[in-house]
Amino acid sequence: MSDEYEHKLEAKSDYVSDASSGTSASDIDKLPPAELPDQELYHSHSWWTTYVFSQDAKYIGVQYACTAIGTGILGLVLSWLMRLQIAFPGLGLLEPSAYYQFVTMHGMIMVIYLLTALFLGGFGNFLIPLMCGSRDMAFPYVNMVSYWMFLVAVLVLLSSFFVPGGPTGAGWTLYPPQAITSGTPGHNMGIILMLVSLVLFVAGFTMGGLNYIVTVLQLRTRGMTLMRLPLTVWGIFVATILALLAFPALLVGGLMMTLDGLLGTSFFMPAIVSMGEQLKYEGGSPILFQHLFWFFGHPEVYIVALPAFGIVSDLISIHARKNIFGYRMMVWAIVGIGALSFFVWAHHMYVAGMNPWFGFFFATTTLIIAVPTAIKVYNWILTLWRGNIQLSLPMLFSLGFIVTFLNGGLTGLFLGNVTVDVPLSDTYFVVAHFHMVMGIAPVLVVFGAIYHWYPLITGRMLNETLGKIHFWITFVGSYAIYFPMHYQGFIGVPRRYFEIYDSPYIETSTMGLNVFITVAALIVGAAQLLFIYNLISSARLGKKAEKNPWKANSLEWQTPEMPPAHGNWGKEMPKVYRWPYDYSVPGAKEDYIPQNVAPSAVTEAKVEKS
Amino acid sequence: MAVAIVILLIALGSIAFHFWSPWWWTPIASNWQGMDDTILLTFWITGFVFVAICAFVAYCVWKYRYQKNRIAEYKPEDKKLETRLILITTLGVIALLAPGLLVWNNYISVPDNAYKVEVVAYQWGWKFRLPGKDGVLGKTDIKLINDENPFGLNLEDSYGKDDLLVDEGELHLLLDRPVKFELRAIDVLHNFYVPQFRGKMDMVPGMITYYWITPTRIGEFEILCAEYCGTGHYAMRGLVIVDKEKEYNKWEAKQITFDKMFAKNKNNKNLQLAKNTK
Repeated sequence: MSDEYEHKLEAKSDYVSDASSGTSASDIDKLPPAELPDQELYHSHSWWTTYVFSQDAKYIGVQYACTAIGTGILGLVLSWLMRLQIAFPGLGLLEPSAYYQFVTMHGMIMVIYLLTALFLGGFGNFLIPLMCGSRDMAFPYVNMVSYWMFLVAVLVLLSSFFVPGGPTGAGWTLYPPQAITSGTPGHNMGIILMLVSLVLFVAGFTMGGLNYIVTVLQLRTRGMTLMRLPLTVWGIFVATILALLAFPALLVGGLMMTLDGLLGTSFFMPAIVSMGEQLKYEGGSPILFQHLFWFFGHPEVYIVALPAFGIVSDLISIHARKNIFGYRMMVWAIVGIGALSFFVWAHHMYVAGMNPWFGFFFATTTLIIAVPTAIKVYNWILTLWRGNIQLSLPMLFSLGFIVTFLNGGLTGLFLGNVTVDVPLSDTYFVVAHFHMVMGIAPVLVVFGAIYHWYPLITGRMLNETLGKIHFWITFVGSYAIYFPMHYQGFIGVPRRYFEIYDSPYIETSTMGLNVFITVAALIVGAAQLLFIYNLISSARLGKKAEKNPWKANSLEWQTPEMPPAHGNWGKEMPKVYRWPYDYSVPGAKEDYIPQNVAPSAVTEAKVEKS
Repeated sequence: MAVAIVILLIALGSIAFHFWSPWWWTPIASNWQGMDDTILLTFWITGFVFVAICAFVAYCVWKYRYQKNRIAEYKPEDKKLETRLILITTLGVIALLAPGLLVWNNYISVPDNAYKVEVVAYQWGWKFRLPGKDGVLGKTDIKLINDENPFGLNLEDSYGKDDLLVDEGELHLLLDRPVKFELRAIDVLHNFYVPQFRGKMDMVPGMITYYWITPTRIGEFEILCAEYCGTGHYAMRGLVIVDKEKEYNKWEAKQITFDKMFAKNKNNKNLQLAKNTK
């Protein structure tokens, strides 16, 4: 890949010298011929096949996003109920079993059914074909089936609220033996439905994921080399590879636990005495499940984070009117983080009872991963340096992301360092850390991205005033929720406690702090409803967007129609001549040069990169 | 503009909160000062990075705010700067990791003179077993657990006969003597956690896990379960009392050996059976 890139650089320097000796425009603009014939697409004939069973990646992306956000609202409401219980135990709002069921469903919904589905299914579908300059995904029919599998998975998940015993209350990590024994709510039907739903999700995602990968590798338009892809595509692409490698571990873990639960096999079940009764299990290993779960679970963090990294890089560059700093380093950091993420999983298990010598290995790999991650942060802030920063909504959310991600990433250095993890694991410090780093930070990117691409999807702008209110409450409010929460962890308050009694170890009552956090959570949650209102109302009433409203370079804004029509590009496929970050190029008339502008059209611009 | 000020305020506010809020760790009661020290070191390094980067972002947002005539710099790469940043970061990471690994090495290496205590966790409570006069804990198996033999001791293992069984959720420990906890669970995962001791380890059915501490302060400390174990998780409490030798011996003398308990339970059962057949 890098060879190809070096080669391109040479080729470019050749033509610069050629240009000075007066060659014609067609020579400067020379591109390799197309390798594949133009893609033939399925054209819908009815309302049903256009809007419901759509095979257009853009519609599928919107379907994915709407389903994910809808499920996410449920996750939000569950978190309100939990927080009310924690802050006001005297109200008697919840039973312990309901509390644990809500904790579990909140976690699973937010991680899998909201964030994973939204970043890969939503943004992946909408943006990959447009940014690569292709007409659609490689396999549009499979892509459609992928969405419908996802929807079925969500419905199965939701149905568990209505079965006897209710949804599973095993915690989102679903650790056996507890997940399928009688001391846990939803240990019969709830857990089985959860596992079935996950299996369906993985199957559906695999169809989508193969699509994203084949599309990025095979269907890029003429001139779009891998090293000219926007970082958004890089982030989603590498995250998809991670997901395809990681989800199978969850799948087999889920299937094996289903067998343990339904057929009485003992994959994860040792001999145990449950509630005074000897069970028939024998010889299984609970820790085996944890290894399988976290072999999926840790890459999962990056499945959410890498698309966010990619998207935020693009948002910062576009709205600071400056090229992303160190593009190649950014790409390699994404690839490096992706690869390393498969070697750190057991840092979730330092005190799980595995061989303690693993601690040395996994602490070291975990802290190594901090280096490429830090590089990304440096490059974002160096992109701001000497930029021309427009404080548009996407930029505001990106700045919010930098602060929260920085905070959450640094607390990761506490937990990754095995010694520090001992006193802090399973306390509120962990809850605060992962909400900051993989809850708030990626969600701020989601918001920035939606404010950024909404005009492309609907042709209208989102309301700016509502957006600003939304930003300030969400950014400041969520920091106010999670920053103080770390200190509850220092006190030693364990997570997943239905009620925290006045205990001797809580020297200063944390109850007041709990009330504060809950009030902040209610306010931040309510602000999200404002955002939903903005999304719905602006689709009809929003200000009409001009074409390419942010003056961005990447291809999705260069379609002949906005919003882009079926097939994206009309008759002529776009040709790509440059990377997507030619902002404020010296000598150029405008402060941006889109990727499909031929060198002959901007001969005055002194571009450094091709 | 406001956002630059707010980012700066967040950084400064976080520092203020750190130093002046009343919420901090409980006073330590074990030898794991090293863990607290590693946390403090991590705080200094990460705190510096956090404030420096927030301040830099705030400065950039203020200094390079949008102006119609401003032209942003065009500089795609700076190899030298990138290499330097990687080096500095790597050094910072090593500074965090090295002391951490040293403490971890201590944590997993039990000193030879440590005495053993077995902690048994169940849904939802704590039991304890002391090795008795011979200083050796008898073998156990979950499959042997029944009404007469609640700890599941192996009847053929003579080491088990003098083991002291503590069934009331309260454990006494000797001041300034290293103790190794051998951790066992009979139903689901649990975790033996006393905030003041800092140590923690999951208890897994079918395995014996361990950690060790040296209590350094006399007092009563609450035991919490730190691994989610079902509906009663939040209520799974116990008590550790750190004693001087005299008080400890008094308490130990009151505990019943396995031999005696087994005979008593058997007797009760026979009585019960006799009653039923009558």
